[in-house]
Amino acid sequence: MKTTNLAMRVLAGGSALLMAGAAFAQAVAPVVPPAAPAPAPAEPPLNVHAIVMFVIFVAITLGITYWAAKRTKTATDFYAAGRGITGLQNGMAIAGDYMSAASFLGIAALVYMNGFYGLIYSVGWLVGWPIILFLIAERLRNLGKYTYADVASFRLQQGPVRTMAAIGSLIVVIWYLIGQAVGAGQLLHTLVPQISYQVSIVMVGALIITYVTFGGMKATTWVQIIKAGLLLGGATLMALGVMAHENFSFEKLFSDAVAAHPKHLQIMQSVVPIGAKANPIESISLGLTLMFGTAGLPHILMRFFTVTDAKAARKSVLYGTCFIGYFYMLTFIIGFGAIVLVANNPEYVADLSKSVLALKGGGSMPAVYLSHALGGDFFLGFIAAVAFATILAVVSGLTLAGASALSHDIYANVIKKGKSTEAEEVWVSKLCVIGLGIIAVLLGIAFEKQNVAYIVALTFSIAACSNFPILVLSVFWKGLTTRGAVLGGYTGIFGSIGLLIIGPTVWTKVMGMGPAIFPYDFPTFFVLPAVLVVAYIASVTDKSASADKERAAFEAQKIRSETGLGAEVASAH
Amino acid sequence: MANLVQAGLIQNNPRFHELIRKRDTLAWTLSACVLVLYFGFVLMVAFTPEILTAPIAADSVIPFGILVGIGVIVASIILTGIYVYQANSNFDPIIEEIMRDAHK
Repeated sequence: MKTTNLAMRVLAGGSALLMAGAAFAQAVAPVVPPAAPAPAPAEPPLNVHAIVMFVIFVAITLGITYWAAKRTKTATDFYAAGRGITGLQNGMAIAGDYMSAASFLGIAALVYMNGFYGLIYSVGWLVGWPIILFLIAERLRNLGKYTYADVASFRLQQGPVRTMAAIGSLIVVIWYLIGQAVGAGQLLHTLVPQISYQVSIVMVGALIITYVTFGGMKATTWVQIIKAGLLLGGATLMALGVMAHENFSFEKLFSDAVAAHPKHLQIMQSVVPIGAKANPIESISLGLTLMFGTAGLPHILMRFFTVTDAKAARKSVLYGTCFIGYFYMLTFIIGFGAIVLVANNPEYVADLSKSVLALKGGGSMPAVYLSHALGGDFFLGFIAAVAFATILAVVSGLTLAGASALSHDIYANVIKKGKSTEAEEVWVSKLCVIGLGIIAVLLGIAFEKQNVAYIVALTFSIAACSNFPILVLSVFWKGLTTRGAVLGGYTGIFGSIGLLIIGPTVWTKVMGMGPAIFPYDFPTFFVLPAVLVVAYIASVTDKSASADKERAAFEAQKIRSETGLGAEVASAH
Repeated sequence: MANLVQAGLIQNNPRFHELIRKRDTLAWTLSACVLVLYFGFVLMVAFTPEILTAPIAADSVIPFGILVGIGVIVASIILTGIYVYQANSNFDPIIEEIMRDAHK
């Protein structure tokens, strides 16, 4: 139930992006004359502020792309921004890469519907960051080149391990992209009905293909940095607006929310989605998925290859964690503020006689309407543009991560066995960016009417059950062999997918097959231990000569991962 | 390959093993702190939600759990800061020394 809501909200976040795209289309292609009958008064009017701010954002980011394109010559420039990003810049970019529309619109919407329950997501999506810092970030920078598979396969057989890692990365990236695209289309179409769902998604696809193919990681990084600044600024203003309305008293904010919400005090007393039954295993599984999933997202891990050295990687996590933690606390205020200012308001609620909560345009709208309640059309336009920027930034990072898995892992290292030239690899990578962009657009359109509520569970579960444990084992456990990594990794990927398919969201709600065979929405509680057991048994029983060599290579790997001896260096320019 | 000599020197340098011991101790201790804090919160959600949903004061609607959740976020940031501070001031000088010795 909650999972479904969350996914819907994720999608809604994506929709915000589309909204901005629509505004842009409206601005640049005024081919749609005002229809004879004015738009129904129930629809929000076309927001000129949003269009203007969106055009400014697109103009700036295209300018950056032009600047970055002139400075993107080598593969290291393309995949890793020449490794010249500073710790602070990368901290902002991490925040920009990670704080998706799901976090912004999604957590606010979860809080709006369920109150306290939304906090579980805020906390869960933050606590992966210290783990990334303590265990992964510096070692990733020291061992890897462009992808996390570089690290997982460092002393193992390139072909099988990279293939497994690339499959895991691509499934995560493609489904994450679908979620962002569908959400963007829905939200944009809701806010600017004059622009169709399809047009919005096509515009998003065209923009991110432009950013990434021409500007590579440099353009992506700066789009993410600007977006993070906009999002942090916008959320700060919203939270300040809410607190000003509540006389800067949390007691008053929460009391007013309890009074305004139809479930009243229940919003403070339910640790599951309101109406759902308490389910300890599901709660623990959700907790595991959010924490370890964060630490296994390929587009996030890729950010650590862009900094100058391990020290900058370390600092960037501290900055990123501060930004993200601050932002999640704001989303909580924003969610409760929306209960006070948006619920019960006939301007935003679809049908007050049925529900005082259900909003025009669907479940992801509370934060968007809150901006209107606080600052009118101007602030709504600003937040709409921020949501758009958010989706562009996240989609760019995802697309680059997916393309690097295809070009660097599959093409250059599995198919060509490391014998392709750098120029060929980058060329393949750009083709993959275009291909992934087109796939995202097509799937986004194809999934318009689909229930994609399982996307958060799917992507975070695979990241938590495959990418994360194999990465940590390969870095810390001498005994891991190719066989253990591959069998363990596939157990994580297919175990997650299998249990999701027979779980309540997909089996019952999406496919309508009746009661679910597997009773939990989040499979991590069962799959993660299975992955560890499989990887352990498959490794220790591996008596082959190559396995012995892999174990012996651990010491050399350790010297490099701990000291940075031989690590990739920043390019000169 | 050019690094083989340096790798051998590092491997035999007691400071290298000291670095690993110290850094691993800190990293796993701090990881354990985060895990205990977070899964303490998650297990309370799972098994004793009444503790989290109890109001912080008799005349308040604010549940104790909001403070716990925000506390976990703030503690995570602080632990992250502790690691970075320790690494900057204690580990980086050792790494520099090891690398200097290896390149003599």
